[in-house]
Amino acid sequence: MATVAARPRLRVGVVKMASCDGCQLTLLDLEDELLALGERFDIIEFPEASSLRSHGPFDVLLVEGSISTPDQAAEIVELRAKARLLVTIGACASYGGIQALRNWSDHDVFRAAVYAHPEFVDSLATATPVSEHVKVDAELHGCPISPEQLREVLVSVAVGRRPQIREESVCIECKRRGSVCVMVAQGIPCLGPVTQSGCGALCPAFGRGCYGCFGPREQANTRSLSDTFVAGGREGEDISRLFAGFTGWAPPFREVIREFGGPPGMTPAGSTEGERDVRG
Amino acid sequence: MSAADGTLVADAPGAEREFNVPYVTRVEGEGSLVLRVRDREVVEARLKIFEAPRYFERLVVGRTGDEVIDIVARICGICPIAYQMTAVHAFEDLYGVDVDPAIRSLRRLLYCGEYIQSHALHVFLLHAPDYLGYPSALAMAADHRAVVEQGLAIKKIGNQLISALGGRPVHPISVRVGGFSHVPRRQDLDAVRRALDDAAVWSKATVSLVASWDPPAFEHPLPLVALRHPDEYPFNDGRIVSSDGIDIAPGAWGDAFEEIHLEGTNALHARTHDGEVYLLGPTARVSLAADRLHPLAAAALEATGLRDAIRTNIHRSIVARAVELLHACAEARDIIDEYRPPREPRVPFTPRAGIAAWSTEAPRGLLHHRYETDARGHVVHAQIVPPTSQNQGAIEADLAAFAPSVLDLPQAEAVHRLEMLIRAYDPCISCATHFLDLRIVEDGA
Repeated sequence: MATVAARPRLRVGVVKMASCDGCQLTLLDLEDELLALGERFDIIEFPEASSLRSHGPFDVLLVEGSISTPDQAAEIVELRAKARLLVTIGACASYGGIQALRNWSDHDVFRAAVYAHPEFVDSLATATPVSEHVKVDAELHGCPISPEQLREVLVSVAVGRRPQIREESVCIECKRRGSVCVMVAQGIPCLGPVTQSGCGALCPAFGRGCYGCFGPREQANTRSLSDTFVAGGREGEDISRLFAGFTGWAPPFREVIREFGGPPGMTPAGSTEGERDVRG
Repeated sequence: MSAADGTLVADAPGAEREFNVPYVTRVEGEGSLVLRVRDREVVEARLKIFEAPRYFERLVVGRTGDEVIDIVARICGICPIAYQMTAVHAFEDLYGVDVDPAIRSLRRLLYCGEYIQSHALHVFLLHAPDYLGYPSALAMAADHRAVVEQGLAIKKIGNQLISALGGRPVHPISVRVGGFSHVPRRQDLDAVRRALDDAAVWSKATVSLVASWDPPAFEHPLPLVALRHPDEYPFNDGRIVSSDGIDIAPGAWGDAFEEIHLEGTNALHARTHDGEVYLLGPTARVSLAADRLHPLAAAALEATGLRDAIRTNIHRSIVARAVELLHACAEARDIIDEYRPPREPRVPFTPRAGIAAWSTEAPRGLLHHRYETDARGHVVHAQIVPPTSQNQGAIEADLAAFAPSVLDLPQAEAVHRLEMLIRAYDPCISCATHFLDLRIVEDGA
């Protein structure tokens, strides 16, 4: 222990882009370890939790959120230059998040649907993962991230090894948990076969289908799964809606969404939308 | 660099004084404050929110009630249950779904979990450092380890409760239109039931602890708005009432209030139709529904002797929040003690076209949702009015009233006091669209 304590503490930053703060909160939700982490790491930038601010440099920078404004696109490049390791935390930073649904739609229609004065609002037409802008050293998936995986990343960085994160589908996790398959037993559509594990296969254990929070697993056979949904009598947007969630912008899911007509309710660029969607 | 940068110039006539803080920290979100001061008078206090817009009201178009519940949770990682609850009640109201009383109790229990988690986070990790003089709870732990540990322990029990009902603390998964996808057996709640005994004892001590902390002197009563229910402390249900006589159904928010979009902010502001600002949240609830508090919480509030002070000094919101923390622990225990699982976790329903509208009490205050659906139950139009956008007007009014009392303080201290006032609101800016950039401009003219 003495040798570990003698090392200089790693300088950690936690920052956000477009997001709900739930993945940062997951760090604060490590209640039993938080104070120990505070002793082990020098958390120099975490504005949600601390008034001490820093411009870096960072040994590890945890980035939450997707890039969705011109300022964020510039900021992420500056942050990357100050970070030895940049780790994205969560579905927004790693895949674009739910707000990436707008990537299928006309941005002006979106702004006008929510704001009376869209000209006051400065945002990009797309919300995109951090990896589309800068090099990313590691990605944590999930909406929200898994506390265990976050702990594993922090511990592995502290001791200087690669994080050990399982690469398997939610189905495998579900079998290990001993849940009854909701798709086989109840005909509930489930993204478990194509989704990366990490959540503990919660949804099937709670009587519902997986909705893909952790994003596509490597070599996800989305074709086979969508064929199964078609064989079960679903079509068009009732298939695309299953994939058009928190990780819908991940390429394997994006492809299915495109094939089945885009996310429900999105208005393709160039079309016009009725007055009723414009707030007065 | 948290405190002020910029220099203090003597307050001679014609001199300009500028405070500039890039962020007010320890709040949830990104924004800025501009305060314009002329001849010691605040001429403008504007809270500007530059949290990136995510367009949730448009994202839910084309989606079913159940999908809406999953999507709107992502507006806020700290109060996802508030969003889920408001949406589920709205759709069930439209579809005429009559849920089992046990389902209704489980929803209150889930909301108790969110109150415990969110209030413990704010009281101990975000707000307490202001009173004890530290930049963060981690820094505070060096000298006040027991306080921080107690806060974390209470927060953990809130998260444990949410996980027991919804699988995980952030964005739980079980809430569905018509009930839950899964309900716990009584024994699934045993561990958290035992833990709640500790949480209640610690929360009671928290009320006395935070009541003993001296807030900055300030007296500025504002109109209050909260839900009020015949029997229950306001969480899921009740009529929207105000200290000025508003009394409307939970779906009828638009009958008394409206939203406006001001330049320089990505959040919409709310006002009464008469243009009045109003205050939501623990202060409003504890003031308007004190008679609905759990007896343990009511007694703890009474023992502080601060009921009136809570109403007039927003810095005392920490006391109101602690009282609600105790209420949530006590009510959660009672619900579990009386819990018998429902016959079915979920009852069937038939979607229809119409307006699904409801309001519930998020930890930060009244949250209103309104969805227009088509015959398949797909959303064609949505309006979501989060508590922080409603509180913006009150925050600005309080800042304008409070600022003169800090102008003679040293620069850094003045700015700190203003930030502290904003934090007293527990603003959730990702809800309202996220960090506050605080700037005070003193016009010399």
